[in-house]
Amino acid sequence: MAKVVVVTSGKGGVGKTTTTAALGAALAQSGQKVALIDFDVGLRNLDLVMGAERRVVYDLINVVQGVAKLQQALIKDKRIDTLWLLPASQTRDKDALTEDGVARVIAELRETHDWVLCDSPAGIERGATLAMRFADTAVIVTNPEVSSVRDSDRIIGLLDAKTEKAEKGQRVDKHILITRYDGARAARGEMLSIEDVLEILSTPLLGIIPESQEVLRASNLGAPVTLSDPASGPARAYVDAARRLNGESVAMAVPGDKKRLLDRLFGRRAA
Amino acid sequence: MTSTSAAQMRPSLGFRGRSFMAYSLAPQPPIADWLAELDRWARNSPGFFVGRPIVLDLLAVTLSQGAIAHLIAELSQRAIRIIGIEGAAPADLGADLPPLLKNGRPAGMDDVSGAKPAAQQQEPSSLLLEEPVRSGQSVIFPHGDVTVVGQVASGAEVVAGGSIHIYGALRGRALAGSMGNSRARIFCRKNEAELLAIDGYYQTTEDIDTKLRNRPIQVWLEGDMLMVAAAD
Repeated sequence: MAKVVVVTSGKGGVGKTTTTAALGAALAQSGQKVALIDFDVGLRNLDLVMGAERRVVYDLINVVQGVAKLQQALIKDKRIDTLWLLPASQTRDKDALTEDGVARVIAELRETHDWVLCDSPAGIERGATLAMRFADTAVIVTNPEVSSVRDSDRIIGLLDAKTEKAEKGQRVDKHILITRYDGARAARGEMLSIEDVLEILSTPLLGIIPESQEVLRASNLGAPVTLSDPASGPARAYVDAARRLNGESVAMAVPGDKKRLLDRLFGRRAA
Repeated sequence: MTSTSAAQMRPSLGFRGRSFMAYSLAPQPPIADWLAELDRWARNSPGFFVGRPIVLDLLAVTLSQGAIAHLIAELSQRAIRIIGIEGAAPADLGADLPPLLKNGRPAGMDDVSGAKPAAQQQEPSSLLLEEPVRSGQSVIFPHGDVTVVGQVASGAEVVAGGSIHIYGALRGRALAGSMGNSRARIFCRKNEAELLAIDGYYQTTEDIDTKLRNRPIQVWLEGDMLMVAAAD
């Protein structure tokens, strides 16, 4: 029985799709069967980040509407054979998603996979609410800046009210993933600190992904960052986050701490 | 130490809740027959509806937006003025139609002449929230005090008929005494409020003394001055 995870944020451009791909690949590398669903109907991106854009035949909308079977629409990853992608439709919009259809797709994937990762679109409208609707767990992607944090807070409120679990009186397991974190800028007070973000959101932390050119390079190559450069800072942070999601306890490293230590050794001060 | 800020006051908007008595009119399908019956009845009691606020109760019928507008026009020809609609879906009401009303309670016909509403059930006089109030959430409790154990996020609001007690940080809005209670107060453990209001008198972040930021505060009303003081 799979665990259904929604990767969500409210705000756009904070790294939901990158996170879905990276966490999905990291979980699949541990041998578990992982399905990624792109809920961003009309503005699909996950296929590009996964490097599967030239193999899309059927999509989520086709399956929801019963035009194609789920097995026909799932695209198997070429690098990891326990990783699948269910792409979004680029030609339709979010109104084509129905709650019954999404429920059916997720129920079917629950039977065949260990993890179902739902890549939510930005916003709080239909696409986003349906992506979170059947989730057991939520990864809330947040950048360390005020607008992103406030939007995340709004999303947490919706996770506690509009999901199937919430309506049954249960709770969706919620985790904050801080992305694009720049230790040096945080030390200069140009970004919110990790403590500020966690205090405002009062939700446990899943990981801290450092700001890095590597993420952009990986997206352009069509590979999850955990596969394209496993030694890079973001890749290691995503692998740790995936292990925590899997229930392991992994020590949390704050990126940039090393640099600050060097600063201190050389007697420089971050004012 | 205490520091009080009430320097820059804004006049009250006079915005507060108030309840009124209105008749409600509940059409039965088919509408044409019901209108004919109404006309028959109105011939015996001419002028009954003149000057009376009427709420249209649509629970018994299913009407499109156009049909609702048509019905209101028909009633208006009979000098029946609709001030609100009950029992319709919000989506069926356009901006040009009267607003949707909820939570109406029956009242005896005699009450309309100005007497107090019939004795109500005992309602709880306070509300305790153990979860943080998240951005975009609005907690409205007209019957008394609200206590929040966690924080009130930026973009969230708490509206209480009585006082508001927040044991976490207040980063959103707190509006106490919303039903016209000038003795209501606001207490919070950490003030980063976007707006503080008691009985319609308000201050925004800009008006609140910066020395009181990030500190515990108490807010109360002295005449028409909103007073904010540190509580540590």
